[in-house]
Amino acid sequence: MSKTATPETHPVSESHSHEEHHGPTVKMYFAIFFALAILTVVTVLAAMFDFAPMMGKEMGGFVNNLVALGIACTKAALVILFFMHVKYESKLVGLAVVASVIWLAFLILITISDYATRTSDWHLFG
Amino acid sequence: MSKLAASLQHHFADFKQQKESVVLGMWSFLVQEVMFFGGLFATYVVYRSQYPDAFHEGAMQLNSVLGGVNTIVLICSSLTMAMSVHAASKGNRGAIAFWLVLTIIFGSIFLGVKVVEYKDKFDHGFIPGISDHGLFTNHETHQPRPTGFALYFALYFAMTGLHAIHMIIGIPILAIIAINGLRGKYGPEYYTPVEMTGLYWHFVDIVWIFLFPLLYLIGAH
Repeated sequence: MSKTATPETHPVSESHSHEEHHGPTVKMYFAIFFALAILTVVTVLAAMFDFAPMMGKEMGGFVNNLVALGIACTKAALVILFFMHVKYESKLVGLAVVASVIWLAFLILITISDYATRTSDWHLFG
Repeated sequence: MSKLAASLQHHFADFKQQKESVVLGMWSFLVQEVMFFGGLFATYVVYRSQYPDAFHEGAMQLNSVLGGVNTIVLICSSLTMAMSVHAASKGNRGAIAFWLVLTIIFGSIFLGVKVVEYKDKFDHGFIPGISDHGLFTNHETHQPRPTGFALYFALYFAMTGLHAIHMIIGIPILAIIAINGLRGKYGPEYYTPVEMTGLYWHFVDIVWIFLFPLLYLIGAH
C-alpha cells in the first residue's frame, strides 16, 4: 500500500486535468439523440417509399437498400464518434474501429463475389 | 480518494497509460463482437440475395411499429447511458445511478416489447423447430410459403436473439455499476468501469440500428 502512495497522487491529478477538455457536452449528447431519432423516422419513411415505378423493380429495391444502409451507417457513425467518444480518443482506438469496418467489408464483399459469380438466380436485393 | 476503486497496476507507467490500455482492450472486445455478429449479417446477405421475395414476405409478418418504437427506446437508453458517463466524469454519484436506472428501464422496455413480438411469432407458428406450422403453409390462404421463408425466420431469431442476449447480459452489469456509483466508487479521477459499460451498451444499440431496417423495413414499400 505504502509503496504506491506517491505514484498514485501525481498521475491522478494529471489525468484529471486531461479530462477537463475531453468529451462532448450535455447539449451535444441531446443533439446527437435528436439526430438519431429523426434519422429513425427518415429510414421508416424512406422504406415506405417505392422507387420501383421510377427505375424498375430490381433497381428500385437496390436504391431502397442503399438508402436504408446509408442512414444506418450514419446513425452508427454518430453513436461511435460521440456517444462512444471515439472522436476524442487516441488514433489507435480509431484504427481499431476502422479495422473492424474493413474486416466486415472483406467478409461480406468476398462472400458476395463468390455467390454472385456461381449462382444463376442472384438478385442484389431485388 | 480512499473510497475510489482506482489503483495503478504495477505494469503501467501512469494512470493515462492504464486508461488507454483499458479503452483499447474494450475496443478489441467490441471488434471481436463485430466479427461475431458479422457472420450472421453475411449469412443474411447471401440468403436474402437468393430468396428476396421470401424475405419480403417474412418481413411483412413483423410489426414495424413495435420495431420502430423499440428503436427509439434503445436510442433513449443510449442517451441515458451517455449521460451517466458524463455524470461520472463530473463526480455526481447520485446522477450516475439515476441515469443508469433510466438505462435499465429503457432496456427492460425493449426486452418486454421483444417478448410480445416473440409470443406473436410463436402463436403464428414462425419459430423454426419449436412452433413451425406457419413456416411452410400460409394458414389464411392455405398456400405454401415461398422457399426461404423459414430461413428468414431462422435468421430473424438468431440475430434478434443474439442481440437480446447481449442486452440481458448488459442489464445486470448496469445495475452493478449503478450500485458502485451510489457507493462513491467512481469520481472525476476514475470512472473507467462506467465508461466501458457504456461502450458495450452503445455497441448493442448499433447492432439494432442495422437489424431494424434489415429485418423490419424490407417489405414496407
